Amino acid sequence: MSNKHHLELTQVGIDFPTPKGPFTALQNVNLRIDKGEFISLIGHSGCGKSTVLNIVAGLYQATNGGVILDNQEVNEPGPERAVVFQNHSLLPWLSAYKNVELAVKQTPNGRSKKEIKEWVEHNLELVHMSHAADKLPAEISGGMKQRVGIARALAMEPKVLLMDEPFGALDALTRAHLQDSVMEIHAELGNTVIMITHDVDEAVLLSDRIVMMTNGPAATIGEILPIELARPRNRIELADNPEYNHYRHEVLKFLYEKQRKVESVDEHRKKLAKQNKASSNGASVA
Amino acid sequence: MFKQQAVPMIFSQVKQIRIPSINDMLRATALPLIGLVIFLGLWSVMAKNIDTSLGQFPGPAAVWEQATTLIDEHNAQMDKADVFYTRQEERNAARVAQDPTYEPKIRAFTGAPTFFEQIWTSLYTVLVGFVVASLIAIPIGIICGLSKNAYTAINPLIQLFKPVSPLAWLPLVTMVVSAVYVTSDPMFSKSFITSAVTVSLCCLWPTLINTAVGVSSIESDLINVSKVLRLNALSHVTKIVLPSSIPAIFTGLRLSLGIGWMVLIAAEMLAQNPGLGKFVWDEFQNGSSESLARIMVAVLTIGVIGFILDRLMLMLQKQVSWDKSAVLR
Repeated sequence: MSNKHHLELTQVGIDFPTPKGPFTALQNVNLRIDKGEFISLIGHSGCGKSTVLNIVAGLYQATNGGVILDNQEVNEPGPERAVVFQNHSLLPWLSAYKNVELAVKQTPNGRSKKEIKEWVEHNLELVHMSHAADKLPAEISGGMKQRVGIARALAMEPKVLLMDEPFGALDALTRAHLQDSVMEIHAELGNTVIMITHDVDEAVLLSDRIVMMTNGPAATIGEILPIELARPRNRIELADNPEYNHYRHEVLKFLYEKQRKVESVDEHRKKLAKQNKASSNGASVA
Repeated sequence: MFKQQAVPMIFSQVKQIRIPSINDMLRATALPLIGLVIFLGLWSVMAKNIDTSLGQFPGPAAVWEQATTLIDEHNAQMDKADVFYTRQEERNAARVAQDPTYEPKIRAFTGAPTFFEQIWTSLYTVLVGFVVASLIAIPIGIICGLSKNAYTAINPLIQLFKPVSPLAWLPLVTMVVSAVYVTSDPMFSKSFITSAVTVSLCCLWPTLINTAVGVSSIESDLINVSKVLRLNALSHVTKIVLPSSIPAIFTGLRLSLGIGWMVLIAAEMLAQNPGLGKFVWDEFQNGSSESLARIMVAVLTIGVIGFILDRLMLMLQKQVSWDKSAVLR
């Protein structure tokens, strides 16, 4: 193995133009990721997690710094950095099979018709969705849609799999099933994964390292927490594991003490009362 | 777990199959009927109280009578045409028997077009105008939806020409067609082209605007999917843009066809295209005691055909739309 890292983010920063001048959403993001690593990005909403992911995906262009994947600069989107979107983003007019097929056909690899068919079926099998291959997205449940979304991303044989809160819109049970599936697939394929999450348990359970981000504007990486739990990991066994709980504690401490964003109920009430007063005084302004 | 997931799916499908109760069916048939009866009653009462220079305004009975007359006239004309053609055939057969080198000629029947032939002409004209307009409007709409600059450039023109009445276009179109369409053996009559072009000019806009809106409101996630998959411009349009804006495009097409059908009647009146518009105009000029009733038949026919055209578009929309759960009306 070479000393070079697989995926490098160097001094990444981004400004968005606003009428009041540029708004710095991110700055000085530095991250080195090895092949096969599972990285979680965690932080409060609006801290720029998605922005980091979109820069790696090539959907946004960094204003400063840059991203290098296998010695090549990332400056446009492409199938080697497949994205699993938060709300599945399957094409609603195509069946599960056709959705995956479109991705396979767009990936340059010179497969024959038969090989394409086999590869699509293989990837649907991987996420346990073969039984619903001919269903339209509207005909399957949210969890199943997200499975197809993952199959579509995997079918592109990406160097890096980018997941933007992939399970955010799912109920807790379905989420647990999908997390197990993702762990299985990661163990089998060894993809490099960057996943955005809000869920502390999810981050600890799945990741090799948790990247914790500070609050915006001008957000950056606050701390990086390596998770040295042995794989395969089992959520039930880990529930009582002191090491696991220590990691959870670390993340929670970062989010709710060091980077506290949520105001207490009392503070919130005071603020509301103040606002109400202000608005009743100047009712005609609205 | 997947079987467990599949079970609620089946239940949810069962729920969708709703058996309409007798009450619902009664409501669906009885209420429109009540509306119709009240309308007919008001119509006949009011008609009796309106006297025009062409006699009393026709009530439902007079209109019904003229409707049957128009059907009889059509049948009589068809019989005449049959007789005309058989007579010709007999005459040709006789001449061929006399002189084997004679090549028989068939001359077309030249009787005045009947009401049903006029309906047919109108339908044909409006469809040609509508198809031409759609072929222009959908691509321009897609360009406007994809590029904000194109939209900004074209939007003022759309807003400028959208409210123009067909009657304003018609003289210009007539003169241009007369000047440009010059052949010794015309495939289409000038009146047909003038009417169809006028229809096109007026029904471009709803399709264009709705297509542009549909294309510009594609989910940004789907656009990102397209970017990640590196779809080229053509596949982006065919695989992402068109399917996702089909509902909006069809909304536009339905509005356009409705406007086109309305415009056509006016255009035919002035261009003298032998369709329903000309029928109305001729009856008006004719001014007999039956004219008003015959015009009323045309009015109702225009309404019914407009309704049928809209239902046909709706059926087509349901056929091509991927979102089968959407309520279309």
